[in-house]
Amino acid sequence: MDEYLDRLNIYASRLVSQKEYFVPGHRACQGCAEALALRLVAKTLGRNNIVACATGCMEIVSSPLPLTSWKVPWIHVAFENAAAVASGIESGLKALMRKGRLPRQKINVMAMAGDGGTSDIGLQALSGALERGHNMVYVCFDNEAYMNTGIQRSSSTPFGASTTTSPAGKVVPGQVTWKKNMPEITAAHNIPYVATACSSYPFDLMEKVKKAADIEGPAYVHILSICPTGWRIPPQLAIHAGRMAIETGMFPLYEVERGKYRLNIDLPELRPVEEYLRFQGRFRHLTPELIEKIQQRVREEYEKLKRKVEMTNED
Amino acid sequence: MAKPENEITWRDLEVGIVVNEPGNASVYCTGDWRSQRPVYATERCIKCGTCYIYCPDMAIKILRDGYIEHDLYYCKGCGICAQECPTGAITMVEEEE
Amino acid sequence: MATRVGMEVSIAAAEAVKQANADIIAAYPITPQTHIVEHLSELVNDGELDAEFIPVESEHSAMSVCAGSSAAGARTFTCTSSQGLILMSEIVYAVASLRLPMLMILANRSLNSPLSIWNDHSDVMSVRDCGWIQVFMENGQEVYDHVFIGFRVAEDRNVIIPFMMNIDGFMLTHVIEPIGLLEQEVVDRYLPPFQPLYRLHPNNPVTMGAFGPPILFTEAKKAQDEAFNKTMPHIIKAWQEFGDLTGRYYHPIETYRTDEAKIVIITQGSLGETASIGIDMMREEKEPVGLVKIRLWRPFPFAELREAVKEAELVVVMDRAISYGGPGGPLAGEVRSALYPQESRPRVANFIIGLGGRDVAPEDFVQMVQQAKAQPGEWYEIYGVRE
Repeated sequence: MDEYLDRLNIYASRLVSQKEYFVPGHRACQGCAEALALRLVAKTLGRNNIVACATGCMEIVSSPLPLTSWKVPWIHVAFENAAAVASGIESGLKALMRKGRLPRQKINVMAMAGDGGTSDIGLQALSGALERGHNMVYVCFDNEAYMNTGIQRSSSTPFGASTTTSPAGKVVPGQVTWKKNMPEITAAHNIPYVATACSSYPFDLMEKVKKAADIEGPAYVHILSICPTGWRIPPQLAIHAGRMAIETGMFPLYEVERGKYRLNIDLPELRPVEEYLRFQGRFRHLTPELIEKIQQRVREEYEKLKRKVEMTNED
Repeated sequence: MAKPENEITWRDLEVGIVVNEPGNASVYCTGDWRSQRPVYATERCIKCGTCYIYCPDMAIKILRDGYIEHDLYYCKGCGICAQECPTGAITMVEEEE
Repeated sequence: MATRVGMEVSIAAAEAVKQANADIIAAYPITPQTHIVEHLSELVNDGELDAEFIPVESEHSAMSVCAGSSAAGARTFTCTSSQGLILMSEIVYAVASLRLPMLMILANRSLNSPLSIWNDHSDVMSVRDCGWIQVFMENGQEVYDHVFIGFRVAEDRNVIIPFMMNIDGFMLTHVIEPIGLLEQEVVDRYLPPFQPLYRLHPNNPVTMGAFGPPILFTEAKKAQDEAFNKTMPHIIKAWQEFGDLTGRYYHPIETYRTDEAKIVIITQGSLGETASIGIDMMREEKEPVGLVKIRLWRPFPFAELREAVKEAELVVVMDRAISYGGPGGPLAGEVRSALYPQESRPRVANFIIGLGGRDVAPEDFVQMVQQAKAQPGEWYEIYGVRE
């Protein structure tokens, strides 16, 4: 049993609303923790939520005509523009409510995209939306590659991972670049709220999504979304994989609230990254030297993050 | 959804191909993807709800008494509930058994 | 009832958007569209127009914001040119398929390369088949009036299709013309508030832009095509009612001195006025030449065109864009398609003129007609090029 899951209450799962706004019958793969993350996000944001969805796995699995898994208003326009479409929805509602043509009420506007739709092709639209200050929640479901098109590498694919466009070859050992740091990029826009989350920590995730929606202005939540198909792990290990990502420091859970950093799970000692890498097919080819290289990088990045926590919380 | 998709004509589609039956995907059975099914032992269950919260397919219902029930119409057999159950109350068995 | 004032056409367009009480304006600056959006941001910041002006980071986002705001039920306006249209074109197609009504003014400008900020029609021709209603404007009055007509048609429950106004960059956007302005009360009578058929709202949670598997994609496209093919009477009705209110009547095509014309020149956009001067010069010389100006580009007025050139033996089509490896210019291709079903049809000569801001004078029309008469066959030529 996860030692962190139940730090709130062992029965916390039962206190969560049983209402779903992303309903079953969706066509995500077995053990898709991205669908799980989406379920938790939709559940948290509830009925008064409008979703602008980028092209990607979650779009395809949730809306094959004539069916929809959505119980909230939802729109898909293209791959790279979820943040811009959400900007338009938010502004449209604002104008119509101000002009008395829609009753005033709190309606959350959410944009969602995968790591490709966020850190690659959608980065410009996201940056624009954050800079303009639209009151919306942007959720990045990061499964660390273009899974929908067949596991091609993105700028969010971690170093060393083998994908169909960064295959582990005889000369090049898979992805040779480090994962683009989207939370830091969004935090640099000085928006009121940035958080990382993972569906292996559902209560932490839901708290963060709620906070993101409650805060006035743009909020960004970056969710590590385990993809058993693309990571080549057995589906039942999806939750375990997320836990290992956090416990090894590969993907720290933290928040940046009005410039203040907070580590949500601050481990006194990180597990060796090998415990995260070794059961994933995408990392199977890694040599001890490459694993050590990753270990060093993780240690450095984690230290950097801890220093930011200290620096931004000094009085 | 009124009709199976191969009987839908262009006239049946809404303006802009809007789908105006929220959540109608719940008619779609994903249970037949399953090669393993979850078997639940009530006597070992501590009613923690961990399986419920981790199910990517909303295929676990918490009953009024705190015990759970799998909805095999949707369960794809991923095995997350069995893996994460702290007391081993759920086990996966081959579907043909 | 109406006041007539001298005004830059861009300013008149922006004033019309204000009178139309737009809710959302999303735009990215590009020459020669800028005066329109500059004036709109002034109107918003001075509190004269209650709207959200969204200064996006690209045209792609401009059209994406428009998609979102129209889907939310807001009256939506944008404006671009040239490269901006090309950048947003992915979403230009998408909003048409999603049936999201909005109005876009395209200040027509050529496409790179070489870079040119000046006028031709190569930008709009790149999205000819995008599923928007498209009109070409000849003068400032048409521009002003069509802001109301455009919103009205786009938002009409019988249409629900975005509307694009083509206005020639600089040649029209930056000139000062006398514009008959409408009283607000007349505008309000003509243009009711936008009542979307579907909107993104929790009270009726619809899914827009669902994924189309092969078993339904063709049906989706058929539905779109059928809807588009039914727009013509509603466009004509909108023009008729506008005319009844204002005395200014518009039609899919306009003719000028086509009575007993054996030769007909066909133009689009602001060149119509120059061409008509050329026509007058030729008529002085007893040359039986007339002019057909195509206002409605999509849906294309096939029947009206056939009727307008039925007396002609020679049709001279003036294109302002090239269709490389194609029929010459896109307009000539359409004209030939319109005439093909007829048993006896005029010969079609095609000039490509006015590229990248190249001036076209009335005398040029005289010369082109002379050449078209002298040179038999169906052909196209880029006119006025230095050999």
